[in-house]
Formats: sequence, C-alpha cells, structure tokens
Amino acid sequence: MYILIIGCGRTGSYLANLLSKEEENVVVIDKDATSFEELSAEFTGFTVEGDATEIEVLKDAKLAKADSVVVTTDDDNVNAMIAQIASELYQVPKVLVRVLDSQKEVIYKELDVITMTPTSLLVDKFKDEIVRSV
Amino acid sequence: MEIIIVGGGKIVYFLAKNFLAKGYQVSVINKDQDYCINLAKKLNAVIIHGDGSKLNYLEQARASRADAILALTDNDPDNLYICQLAQREFEIPKTFSVINNPDNEEIFKNLGVDTIFNTTKLISLLIEQRVETTDVNNLLSIEEGRLNLSQVILKEGSPVLGKKLKELNLPDEIVFGCVIRGEEVVIPKGSTKLLENDKVLIITLPQRQAEAFDVLTGEE
Repeated sequence: MYILIIGCGRTGSYLANLLSKEEENVVVIDKDATSFEELSAEFTGFTVEGDATEIEVLKDAKLAKADSVVVTTDDDNVNAMIAQIASELYQVPKVLVRVLDSQKEVIYKELDVITMTPTSLLVDKFKDEIVRSV
Repeated sequence: MEIIIVGGGKIVYFLAKNFLAKGYQVSVINKDQDYCINLAKKLNAVIIHGDGSKLNYLEQARASRADAILALTDNDPDNLYICQLAQREFEIPKTFSVINNPDNEEIFKNLGVDTIFNTTKLISLLIEQRVETTDVNNLLSIEEGRLNLSQVILKEGSPVLGKKLKELNLPDEIVFGCVIRGEEVVIPKGSTKLLENDKVLIITLPQRQAEAFDVLTGEE
C-alpha cells in the first residue's frame, strides 16, 4: 500500500514510523525539514519538504497513486483543503483527517473522508471512565 | 443586499466603504483587534473581531441572511474554508474568493467557489499587456479560455485601413466589440470606417483568433 502522510508532527511521525515498520510504502510531507528528525532510524519511506497546499508538492509526492492519505497538519483549514483535494479531486480511496477544533468538522459532512477529533475522543473516554467508576 | 467580507488591509476598508455608499449592509470579520477597532470608527458597518472560518463569527455576521461573502485573506486554505462554510452551513448564494497561489484557481472552482480573483495572474497579465510591444494583445479570456477578448492596434500598412467593416473578409466567429479612436469610443456598425491607430476590440473563439489578427494586421 502507498500511504501519504501530510504533517510530520507527533501524530504524523508516529504513524509514519509504525506503518513503515509494517513494511508499508510511506511518504511524509512537511513544510519544515527539521520535523523529519522525529522519524525513527528504521523508517524506510521517503520525505518531501514542501507546503502541501501547493498542488505541485502533492503531485511530486504522487498523490494520484496514493491508497491512503492521512492529513495531520496543525491547521484545520489547511487540512480541510488538502483532504478535499485528495478525496474530491484525486479520488484517493481512503482519506483520514485529524480535526483539532471539533466545530471544523462540519465541512466534512457530505464528504467521503474519515475524521478524528482528538479532544472529542479523549473527553468521551474520560467521561466514560468517570461515569463508570461512580 | 447584505455582504460579508472576511479579511483586512486597505482593500477591505475601501470595498466596505464602496458597498456602504451603495446602500448595502456590510459586515467585516477580521482576526486583528486593532484593525477592527479602527474600522469600526470609520465605517457604519458591523465589524466583528474573530476568525471568519468559524461558525459562531459567521453567525454574528448574520450569515444566513447574507447575499454574498467575500473571502479576501492572504491565506488560500482559509479563504476556501470560509467560502465552503458559508455555502454549506448558511446557504449564502454567492461566494467570492481571492487566491494568492495562482495554481489554486482550478481547485477552488472544482470545490465550489463561485467567483475567484486570481490576483497574481491578473497582475502578471496586466504587466505583460503594458510591456508587450506588439500590436496584438489578449485582454481577457472568458470561461476558461473558450472565448477571447483581444485588442488589435491598426498600424500603417494594415490592409483594413480606410475600409468599412462590412467590406472586411472576417470569419463568422469574430465579433467587433468596439473601436477606440483616441479618446473616443466608437460602437462599430457595418458602415464604420477603420483608421490608422484605431484600437479594435474583438471577441473571438480561440481557434479563429489568429485568422482575425492576420486579416486586421495584414501579417501572415
């Protein structure tokens, strides 16, 4: 499988390391090359330095050939744009997005995109733990 | 007419002022508090300090009643998000966006933004037109290049000088828009005579444009 990860922060790099270990074909894009230092020594994929809201950067990273695209930059609007380019314009079969501000999730309502909101996941889990223990 | 403008700078101030003068209701959303305070002093508009890509600020700007939204920030992803949110959550009928990266024109169009101002492309086109030394200029291409508006300056030696329009042997797919003669604008009729230094504006299909230029300039 060819997996494109956009944003090499804690989430992006962690996922890239895991997938690379599972011998998946991984390419990571980040606009800051120093963020690639988070990738482990065993990471066998490729890195692309560039702004993924520039279509040329996505083309360089072979977006059209990706089986999955994971969008985890720290800007929700940037994520929304990249996710829609991947899903709507390039018909990437699986597009996953991290959404930081849960109210930004509305834009994905009609789209074939999987969204994850860390705060909501965490709060749900905490609430369940608290309510169960009472 | 109710218009929401998201963005800042002089352009937003003057646009808002212009719309207000026409009697439109204007709301401006900007992230910078000082800018908002300053604008609120100068304009009789609703000024909202906040992030225009968020639901609550658009609500404050009465987005569900707005007729149009203009996304004029210098950040393309923000502009796209603003337009899409306006469309999908508030059903604002007309969305306008500036794009900074000229490659985004196609993307914005395909993702539903109605009208896109490709400022980089526009400025570079304008510069090319001014710097261009030839007698033939493409002024505008309409509907992704399916129709062209061009200008031809008739120089000495052009075979059409002194001729009436109806005497010209032009392909059917060419429309004479107007003739600019010095300061005067002439709406051409069949009997209009073409003179040296006339600027002729023509509307053509791109595939017949070269032919039209050849007829007007006499060059092959």
